[in-house]
Amino acid sequence: MAGMIDDSVNDFLHIELVDAMPDKVEQIGYMTGYRYVERLTVDMLRFQDEELDVMKFICREFWSSIFHKQIDNLRTNRSGQYVLHENRFRFITRMSNGKQYLELMPKYLAFTCGLIKGALADFGINATVSGDVTKPPACIFNVQIHRGINV
Amino acid sequence: MPPPVDTKKVNTDLFALTYGSIISQLLIDCENVDEVNKQLDRMGYNIGLRMIEDYLAKSSSPKCRDLKDVAEKIQHAFQMYLNVTPGVDHWSQANDEFSLILYSNPLTEFVELPDSLQTMNYLNILPGVIRGALEMVSIPVRAWIKSDHLKGDHETEIRIQSVNKK
Repeated sequence: MAGMIDDSVNDFLHIELVDAMPDKVEQIGYMTGYRYVERLTVDMLRFQDEELDVMKFICREFWSSIFHKQIDNLRTNRSGQYVLHENRFRFITRMSNGKQYLELMPKYLAFTCGLIKGALADFGINATVSGDVTKPPACIFNVQIHRGINV
Repeated sequence: MPPPVDTKKVNTDLFALTYGSIISQLLIDCENVDEVNKQLDRMGYNIGLRMIEDYLAKSSSPKCRDLKDVAEKIQHAFQMYLNVTPGVDHWSQANDEFSLILYSNPLTEFVELPDSLQTMNYLNILPGVIRGALEMVSIPVRAWIKSDHLKGDHETEIRIQSVNKK
């Protein structure tokens, strides 16, 4: 049984993924997120208030299991739109603290957008997720939940 | 409250699942299984090129003296990155070829290979990583999967052969 592995292994795989299959990164993130949440929630009870609790779960447990920190801020307009603020996004922290490489950075958000989308899909929530680099290494993830549409 | 998450453990899961998703996608995108193998090898090679820097920085290991030394370092790198220690065995007579034996590894933890994919090397990224990493320290090698646990072999064997070293 494998124990822990170095974080850098995931980072290297991610860099190469963005390079080698740029059009498929989000889809691969989706598949990964969908399966990953199954593993992560094995010992957990069902959530009370589905949508908000799921979003809190994404921002806390889900995020810290991948990035070793929680999302810095979660905002919602209470009608299905959520904005996740991340002050130090791991996949872009080593690129730049300023405007340099700003145009390259969105590529490095796609996998994580897919992860979130896949995770939500596993909870039966259909959503659109997009990422925006605001002030590197800070970025936001916009989650728009589509209610009443069956997945 | 949900139980605390063991971040190190789930990291392994994330890695294994990401790799699995990549393979799934490649199987959809590529025309045939050979193409998947090739693509995995190429990705591994590119990772190896970057990874060697990280390895040298973290291990501060000196230059390799001979291939025996190389084998030991690879063993160490596997321990460091994947938390498994492969065996080193089956040296050729001229000592220019050896095998890494993997008994288990995190990448195949959730994997079952269907009969239709018997020509695919699920772990084909690993020989690529080894080849890329060694190339950056001027040790050209050929590396390939010789036997595969997922295909019913007793263990997974990665063969490494040194080429035209002067």
